[in-house]
Amino acid sequence: MDPAATGVTVAGTGADPAKTTMFPEEFLKRTFSLINSDKDRNSVSLVCKDWYNVERMSRRHVSIRNCYSVSPEIVTARFPAIRSVTLKGKPRFSDFNLVPDDWGADVQPWLNVFATAYPFLEELRLKRMAVSDESLEFLALNFDDFKALSMLSCEGFSTLGLEAIATHCKNLTELDIQENGIDDLGGDWLSYFPENLTSLEVLNFSTLTSEVSFDALESLVSRCKSLRVLKVNRKINLEQLGKLLVLAPQLIELGTGTFLEELVSGSVNGLENAFSKCGNLVTLSSFWDATLLHLPVVYPVCGNLTFLNLSYANIGPDELEQILSRSKRLVRLWVVDTVGDKGLEAVGSHCPLLEELRVFPVDPFDQQLGVTDSGLVAVSKGCPKLHYILYFCQRMTNAAVITVAQNCPNFTHFRLCIMNPSEPDYLTNEPMDEAFGAIVKTCTKLQRLSVSGLLTDLAFEYIGRYAKNLETLSVAFAGDSDLGMEYVMRGCPKLKRVEIRDCPFGDSALLSGLTQYESMRSLWMSDCNVTMDGCKKLAEEMSWLNVEVIKDEGGDDRLANKVYVYRTVAGPRKDAPPFVVTL
Amino acid sequence: MDLINFEATELRLGLPGSTDDQPEIKSTTSHKTNKRSSSEMVSSVSDEHDSSRSPPPTKAQVVGWPPVRSYRKNILQGKKNDQAETGSGIYIKVSMDGAPYLRKVDLKVYQSYGELMKGLQDMFKCIIGLYSEMEGYKSEYAPTYEDKDGDWMLVGDVPWDMFLTSCRRLRIMKSSEVIES
Repeated sequence: MDPAATGVTVAGTGADPAKTTMFPEEFLKRTFSLINSDKDRNSVSLVCKDWYNVERMSRRHVSIRNCYSVSPEIVTARFPAIRSVTLKGKPRFSDFNLVPDDWGADVQPWLNVFATAYPFLEELRLKRMAVSDESLEFLALNFDDFKALSMLSCEGFSTLGLEAIATHCKNLTELDIQENGIDDLGGDWLSYFPENLTSLEVLNFSTLTSEVSFDALESLVSRCKSLRVLKVNRKINLEQLGKLLVLAPQLIELGTGTFLEELVSGSVNGLENAFSKCGNLVTLSSFWDATLLHLPVVYPVCGNLTFLNLSYANIGPDELEQILSRSKRLVRLWVVDTVGDKGLEAVGSHCPLLEELRVFPVDPFDQQLGVTDSGLVAVSKGCPKLHYILYFCQRMTNAAVITVAQNCPNFTHFRLCIMNPSEPDYLTNEPMDEAFGAIVKTCTKLQRLSVSGLLTDLAFEYIGRYAKNLETLSVAFAGDSDLGMEYVMRGCPKLKRVEIRDCPFGDSALLSGLTQYESMRSLWMSDCNVTMDGCKKLAEEMSWLNVEVIKDEGGDDRLANKVYVYRTVAGPRKDAPPFVVTL
Repeated sequence: MDLINFEATELRLGLPGSTDDQPEIKSTTSHKTNKRSSSEMVSSVSDEHDSSRSPPPTKAQVVGWPPVRSYRKNILQGKKNDQAETGSGIYIKVSMDGAPYLRKVDLKVYQSYGELMKGLQDMFKCIIGLYSEMEGYKSEYAPTYEDKDGDWMLVGDVPWDMFLTSCRRLRIMKSSEVIES
């Protein structure tokens, strides 16, 4: 213990450092151990050197939201006692094929350093990272205490990697594989869990496509008495699901398999019974191929549900009505637009506690109606607590969004995607400026905004003027000139992540964000009017920014077609592929 | 609802070496500073990529738009087919003129019309024979099918894959009743 930190001197008022109170290190340690939020810990570490030191020695979890903003060596040097790491890699637009393969975000360099620095690592949560089977095997073999692995939107691995995890992680509590680019080679990865593994609490393999051994799954569920989250894949049918439920009535979250086959009535009763015994279930998801034929088996648990994820089920308004009329406690709902405006009216009628709604498009390229402005308005009328919306639609009006803003002034996340690029208000043919203007004016707590439709610079003027709490902004096919982006970069002080595609914003706009980039996590601009010269200028002005240009084959060399700008203490990437040029 | 396999018929302007499932093109907006309506963008794109001489892409075909993750796109679009393509086969009813019972056959088991004919022959112990465009079926019976529009068609006109997705039921008719159009 540092002797200077153990003493307590008499408290003084004012700024005289010699008279400030010093707390014993033990006191600080104990206090800080109760602080779990990263934000709070970051603030704490800025108070003074002592606090910085105590905080860094006691931090157990670190979140690295951009894997290139820092190096593994720097992280491990500052935080020696980490047990849990969250690591995010590629820019979000990589989810939509805008980032070439082999761009980077390889997890292995991190694992290499962690193997020596954090041998007691317990949890690893990865998002948009490149993960190979070798990395998964390395993870499984080098961290004896490893407990929890979660991967979302990662790619590069196959079920072989899962075999390694299942085989070697003796204390595994969590395996959560969601929506990854996994090479599903089939095989029996589930059977690799040893007979004596009983620690599993979370198992999510819902998005794997091939069959798993049901016997192995049944046995696993049966012996893992602490299992609270189970999300199976589409190969598991209702009858099998029933058997699993009987073994695990303690489940809190369940992802079903397919609802496809016709069950004999005895089985239906058995399944309903099994559901009715699951008193702790608050989350239901998947519902593949669900129809009114067998949906009723879940009715016994609907009353307790707080999160219902129907986004893999192409159900219509009638099915939705049946479920929602029994699910009055819903807080979060994800659906597909096959439910139509009529389905959304049901949402408005039955879900007064709803806080989050996501409506996904069943077929983005089909011009059929899906959901429209009236559905959105209906939800806003019936769900005053709504603060998170993700809405894919074919058409929208300013008037509707203005109404929605009035009905739900508490939006923190407003993500509206009118699927035809640059689509105007379909009634008035005007730009959608006033719609988003209303949102930013009324919803003062707005943190995240995705805009769409025909937008002029006026929309961005509104955003810059009113969206003072905005942290994340996504823009596509919008704006008239550099002014648009300039309004935002100059007006929104809390920006963290900005992603822009196909907008007429050029170098002037890019450079208008100079003062912002220091406090932002990243900026993405693709298919805009940015040039290599503009990027070079930016790179010259700010040395702790990485200004990366992803070169396309062919195309004009003077243009910077894809630009990714982010703050970093790690300097330029050492692993950049040839098509990524750091200026 | 068009269930034709787009990839077979679409001209692609994807990035070299790209393996996108959807027929997509890069939108180029680098030189545009005006307000763009989608149709304007479409025509400007085809101008920029004139060397390919491809037909202008439809409004919807822009890389990564709308912003839905690939995983979600794949599973949702896979559901467009009427038949259950979940690995449990495409079972359709088969009737034969004069036979007392209907049968069911799993179309997924067959890779081609030839195999299907053989399977039906075995099932009904009849000779259907092979089909030739010019001469029709050279036997007592002709296989017909009801497509998703409700029309009765002669089996064998369309590519096998297309047949798989549009066939609702089969009927083996007596050749004498088949009207040549």
